[in-house]
Amino acid sequence: MIKRAPVFAAALVALAFLALPIVAIFARLSWESLAHELSSSLVTDALVVSLKTTVVAQVLVLVFGTPAAYVLATHRFRGRSLVITLVELPIVLPPAVAGIGLLAAFGRFGLLHTSLPFTQSAVVLAVVFVSGPLYVRQAIAAFEAVDETLVAASRTLGARPMKTFFRVVVPLARGGLGAGEALAFARGLGEFGATIMFAGSLQGVTQTLPLAVYAEFDVDFHTALALGGLLVLVSAVLLVTLKWLAFSSTSAFRFALSTSS
Amino acid sequence: MARLLLHFSVPLRAFDLELTLPVERTVALVGPSGAGKTSVLRVVAGLLRPARGGISLDGVSWNEMQPEERRVGFVFQDYALFPHMSVRANVAYAGPVGDLLERFRIAHLADARPRELSGGERQRVALARALARKPAVLLLDEPLAALDAHTKAEVRSELHELLRELALPTLLVTHDYEDAASLADEVGVLVDGQLRQLAAPAELVARPADAFVASFTGANLLRGRASRGDLTEIVLESGERVFSTDDGDGEVGVVVYPWEISLSRAHTDDSALNVIRGEIGSLVEVGNRVRVRIGPVTAEVTASSAERLGLAGGGVAYATFKATGTRLVPL
Repeated sequence: MIKRAPVFAAALVALAFLALPIVAIFARLSWESLAHELSSSLVTDALVVSLKTTVVAQVLVLVFGTPAAYVLATHRFRGRSLVITLVELPIVLPPAVAGIGLLAAFGRFGLLHTSLPFTQSAVVLAVVFVSGPLYVRQAIAAFEAVDETLVAASRTLGARPMKTFFRVVVPLARGGLGAGEALAFARGLGEFGATIMFAGSLQGVTQTLPLAVYAEFDVDFHTALALGGLLVLVSAVLLVTLKWLAFSSTSAFRFALSTSS
Repeated sequence: MARLLLHFSVPLRAFDLELTLPVERTVALVGPSGAGKTSVLRVVAGLLRPARGGISLDGVSWNEMQPEERRVGFVFQDYALFPHMSVRANVAYAGPVGDLLERFRIAHLADARPRELSGGERQRVALARALARKPAVLLLDEPLAALDAHTKAEVRSELHELLRELALPTLLVTHDYEDAASLADEVGVLVDGQLRQLAAPAELVARPADAFVASFTGANLLRGRASRGDLTEIVLESGERVFSTDDGDGEVGVVVYPWEISLSRAHTDDSALNVIRGEIGSLVEVGNRVRVRIGPVTAEVTASSAERLGLAGGGVAYATFKATGTRLVPL
C-alpha cells in the first residue's frame, strides 16, 4: 500500500505551483488604475494588432487547412504518413526555429526573396505556421471518424461531392473541427517566439498582446500585469469552449454507440 | 419494364468478382459473407469502379456517370441515415418529400432523429429516402438483417408488396436464402465472386446446380459414391446405402430437403427405399414445425408428430425418404 499523506502532499505542491502565477497576476493587479492602464495606446494598439492578425490567420487556417485535412484523411497514398509528420512538425518545433525558418524562406535574402519580414503580414504568417498544424491534426482525426457509408449514401442520393462535404461531412466532424480550431486560436493568440524573430515588435504594426507584455514588463510592470490578466481571461474562455466542444462531440458519439447496439 | 444489365469484372482482395446478370424484376443475390455481394451493389451505384465492363440501363451505359448521376435508390445494410438530420430532412435530402412520409407511416416521426427510431422505422425512412430520389433502379443491401425476428416477418411481407408495386429493376443481396426466396423473382447464388446458379426460387430447390447451392437452400447433403443401375445406388461415407432416381456416377452429393424426410421410432417397411438410423440430436422449433437432427440429416416434422414420437426424450429414430425425393449433385 502507498501511504496516502505523502501522495496528497505532492499533489498539493503541484497544484499550488501551477495556480500560483495565475493567482499572482490578479493579486498584484492594481484594480483602481486598471481602466487607465488598459486604455493606454500601447495596450489598444496591441489589442487591434492581435485581433486583426489572429482573425486573418485563423481564416487562412480554416480555408486552407480544412481541404488539406480532408484530402489527407480520405486518401491513402505512398508517403502519406511522411506528409502528416511534416504537417505536425511545427507543433513541436522550438518557436525560435520557426522564426528562423520563416526568415530563411520569406526573408529579403531568403529562398523566395520577399519583403514580408517585419510587416503585419509576417505576423499572420508566423501565426498560421505555428497554429495551423494544431487545427489540421485534429481535423484529420475528425474527418477520419466520419462514417464512409454516409458519404457514399449522400452521393447515391444525388449530392455532388461539394454538397456532400458541406451537408454531411462537415456537420458530422464539427465537434473535432471546432476543438481543433479553438486549440489553434489559443496557440495563435499566444504566439511569441516566431513572431518576434520574423515580424519584430513594432507598436501598432507587429506588436501583438504577448509582445506588448514583453516590451512593457521592465517599463511599466502594472500595464504588463493588466495585459497579462486580459490574456489569462481570454485563454480561460478558450479552454472552456474547447472542453465543451470536446464533451458535446464525445457525448453525442457515446449516445450513438449506445443506441445502435 | 426497364432492363438493367450488369456485365463486369472487378478485382477484390481475395478473388475477382465476375458477373453477367440481367435484372428486370427483383433479383436476389445470396451467398456467404465475403462472396462479393455488396461489391456488386457498389459497382451498380458507381461507388466501385470495375476493371472491365460495366452497367447499362435499357442499353444506355452508366460507366462514365458519377454516383450522383446514376438514378439508384440504395438502401444500405444499416440504412446509413444521416444522424444529424431529422427524418423529414433525411428524406428531403434526396428530393421532394411529397406523400412519402404518410406512405411509409413515418409522418409522426418527421422531426425525430434517426437514433430515436426502432429498426423497422429506420428501414422505412431509408426506403422513403431512396424513393424520394425517384430511382430507376433499386439496390437493397441485407434489407432485413438489422431487424429482430418478430419485426422481420412483417417487414418482409410489406417489402414484398412494395417491390411488386414499384415494378423497378431491383437487386437485393442477403445471406438468408429464405428472405431471398420470399422477396425475389430470381435468385442468384454468388460464391467467391462467381455466380453459381441463377434461377427462380422453386427451380433452385428442385434442381440445385451444385452441392453449395443445395446446402445453401437448406437441403441435407450426404456425400457418397454412386453406381448406376435401375436406380442409382449411393454408398454413403457412413456405409449406409441410399437410392436416387437421379442419374449419377462416382463421387456425388445426395441432396434431400428436410420436409421430404419422415421419422419413425421403428424400422418400417414401406415404399420409401431410403432409411437412415441415428441418434436424435438437437430439436429446434420453427413455428408449428420442429427441426430434428437424426444422425447426419435434419428432418422437419409437425410439432404434433414430434410429440407423438416422443422425440424430446432422445434415443434412436429412423429417417426415411423416397428415392424420388433426392437429387444428385457433383462434388
